[in-house]
Amino acid sequence: MSSETKPASGVAKIARRTFLVSAGVVGGGVALGLALSPNRLKMYRDDVASDDEIILNTWVKLTPDNQLTVIIPHSEMGQGVGTGLAQMLAEEMEADWETVSIEQAPASDDYINSDLGRGYIVGEGARIPAFAYPMLDFAFLQIAKGLVGQITGGSTAIRLTGYHGMRRAGAAAREMLTRAAAKEWNVPVNALRAEASMIHHDASGRSASFGTFAAAAASFTPNLKPELKSAKDYKIVGTPKPRLDIPEKVTGEAQFGMDVIVPGMKYAAIAQAPVYGAEAVSIADPTNAAPQIVNLGNAVVVVADSYWEASNALRRIEIEWDGGDPSLTSDALRALHSAHLEETDHEEVMDKAGDAPAKLASPDTLSVEYAVPYLAHATMEPMNCTASVRDGKCELWVGHQNPITARDDAAEALGVNKSDVTIHNVYLGGGFGRRARTDNVIQAARVASEIGVPVKLIWSREQDMSNDFYRPAIVSRMKGLVEDGKIAAMDHAYIFADAGMPDSERPYAFQYDVQNKRIARHPYESPIPVGAWRSVDFTQMGFFNESFMDEMAHRAGADPLAFRIAHKSDPRCRAVLERLADEARWGRPLTLGAAQGVAIVDSFEAIVGQVAELTIEDDNRVRLHRLTSVVDCGQVINPDSAEAQIHSSVIFALSAVFFGEITLENGQIVQQNFPDYDMVRLRNAPVQAVHFIKSDHPPGGLGEPGTPPVAPALTNAIYAATGKRIRELPLTRAGFSSV
Amino acid sequence: MKISFVLNGEATTVDAPSDMPLLWVLREKLELTGTKFGCGIAACGACTVHVNGVATRTCVLPASVIDGAEVKTIEGVASPSGEMSAVQAAWIEHQAPQCGYCQSGMVMAAEALLDENPDPTDEDIDNAITNICRCGTYERVRTAIHAAARARREG
Ligand code: FES
Ligand code: FES
Repeated sequence: MSSETKPASGVAKIARRTFLVSAGVVGGGVALGLALSPNRLKMYRDDVASDDEIILNTWVKLTPDNQLTVIIPHSEMGQGVGTGLAQMLAEEMEADWETVSIEQAPASDDYINSDLGRGYIVGEGARIPAFAYPMLDFAFLQIAKGLVGQITGGSTAIRLTGYHGMRRAGAAAREMLTRAAAKEWNVPVNALRAEASMIHHDASGRSASFGTFAAAAASFTPNLKPELKSAKDYKIVGTPKPRLDIPEKVTGEAQFGMDVIVPGMKYAAIAQAPVYGAEAVSIADPTNAAPQIVNLGNAVVVVADSYWEASNALRRIEIEWDGGDPSLTSDALRALHSAHLEETDHEEVMDKAGDAPAKLASPDTLSVEYAVPYLAHATMEPMNCTASVRDGKCELWVGHQNPITARDDAAEALGVNKSDVTIHNVYLGGGFGRRARTDNVIQAARVASEIGVPVKLIWSREQDMSNDFYRPAIVSRMKGLVEDGKIAAMDHAYIFADAGMPDSERPYAFQYDVQNKRIARHPYESPIPVGAWRSVDFTQMGFFNESFMDEMAHRAGADPLAFRIAHKSDPRCRAVLERLADEARWGRPLTLGAAQGVAIVDSFEAIVGQVAELTIEDDNRVRLHRLTSVVDCGQVINPDSAEAQIHSSVIFALSAVFFGEITLENGQIVQQNFPDYDMVRLRNAPVQAVHFIKSDHPPGGLGEPGTPPVAPALTNAIYAATGKRIRELPLTRAGFSSV
Repeated sequence: MKISFVLNGEATTVDAPSDMPLLWVLREKLELTGTKFGCGIAACGACTVHVNGVATRTCVLPASVIDGAEVKTIEGVASPSGEMSAVQAAWIEHQAPQCGYCQSGMVMAAEALLDENPDPTDEDIDNAITNICRCGTYERVRTAIHAAARARREG
């Protein structure tokens, strides 16, 4: 990045510059390179010496035979991001969808944080989805700090890159092509019309394809503020375009990190320190059979001609580990958590109104404690990375949520320049926040460097599950008082392990109108690594707040759904709840004898209300028949992918509610593979109904917001069915299981 | 040891340790990476292929066992001319995959189910398809199986 911009003091001030253009022949075609860059961002920074320039590059490639390629600066991990972004670009470009394909952007600095910064630069306010937090570099954090007031909601891909970047890039490309045609035909620009990748001059009846003008168009300077279409004229956005990445995912051709083959490569299996903080102090190979052993300190790696041989050899060798805290257990941790809750010395008050403590001195106050466990990500594809290090150059093949940081961390580990590291980002077999970390990448780079041949490092499922950055375990205490059928006061205290979510997201907020409230957190350092897990702090907070809301409703003798509406002034939330009552047949379940539970959480600028409908069978087995979601995420870019994201978030949350719990014994993670960290399958997956509120609001996030309401909707339904209030997850702790 | 078997319709011989699971023989010796590794203990279904027509989890299946057998992997599901099977077509029609990692195993399990039971009920599907999908594509997988069953019966 250029260092033209000097840190400036004073209030955030935004200056825009024009696009830079670079045009060139790429792969035999003409590339229209639209670099929305550099946008100047001057703002208050007191401690930064490096530049604060933010760059957005959105690339459109157009070939003379009229084929359009949209280059996607986000990783595909199942959310259909490429298709959604391409839809937004193609819409504004007036492209023929049949000619559109997508390509993964290279992991280069040109794409660094561009999308994230962009939302702030254009001043339309934006928020960041959890999986992206680790992508925030220092410069961006400075910006986030400075503009905290503007941070209101959204996901990076659609909300930022798409809404601010792709749409403008498409519109600018259309303008450039039209201008090129106007020049060529010697007619005024406004006499031309672009439609389905063609330019028409209606007066003379002339028409030609976009491709005809690709080369000429590249010589025009793109307009930074091209005219954008009105949503009512959309033909591509808002339609369920089939995802472009799906065909290769049903034939086995899609290449994930696990599938990379590099000529001459070896395979590596890894054993990481079973106790956090331990180091391998001695390694013995009794059979002398291990082909090659690399001691990384906190991990031991065996390299062989096949993964099978490597993992067999790894099993045979004897490793002595030393260090860490082998006395750590989940029970001890839980006691520690509860003790933290009592310590008010370091408490941070997050939100406060009226005088909650005075009100809550009443003997009628309800005081309850909730707890949720550590959770693993357990992406379907275990962690892996392929690396080749030769002559001071490093090549990496991996499916990563944050390829730039992966590159930088590998460079640092090897002591080489960032420019000497090339990263090939391939499909991710699930991410959920886990694939934003770089531990696997660093390991592979170090091993490849040590052995001097390319190597594919594969973690076993056991390694994957016991070496995660877990969703933090949290205990929480909520107090509340009901007066005249309404919540008169509430108080929430909870322990807080930082999983990387900015406070500006307000995950802690009690999303209801209450006059007297106090919300305080008690920070502590988790002794095991924690990180962002689909919807991050909203998973815990959603469970606490929405369970508590149900308890308050029952105290008030009110219907839980009506009680929620009575405490919501936000019209969008009210509309979601009202629609939900209708769609889920609230109070009139479809299944005979079923009980219903409701929850609603507003996160990442999407409001999701859900109703769970269940029956309890013998031995407290829960049969979840239906789960209805009503979603207001603003404009929906691709209704089919949007629905899939809700399906996915719901199942992800359900697995956690039913089975999810990571525990520790002797300082080691107990759960190792799916039997002891079980998952919902077809048999116990509910029928899902998903409804979207029609909205003209800018698009919000969708990868995560479907997750937080699931647990409380389910446990509230269990309460309705049995009178048993579940304040601790997973359900097995309360003696319930899945059918 | 030398292992000879029919792989996706073609006679194949491969040299592999006799106890090496078929999964790794396919992925590393034969470079057919469509079959995935998910758990290594037959718990997730990502590694499902057909052995003599039966859906089989290959992460625990020693290579020696397949000597003389007929094996079909995800790469052999579409016709040699590239025409997708009814299951694959239904999978695309209903946009079943998300990240896609579990989907080879899902497709192979569904193919085997429909070979055996051309008109499965929801319960039949529940019992036959025990594969894990971390992306939670179950709803669409179920719909796609019913659609594929219909297409196969009619086609
Ligand atoms: S990898 Fe074989 S069943 Fe999971
Ligand atoms: S589609 Fe991602 S695990 Fe099934």
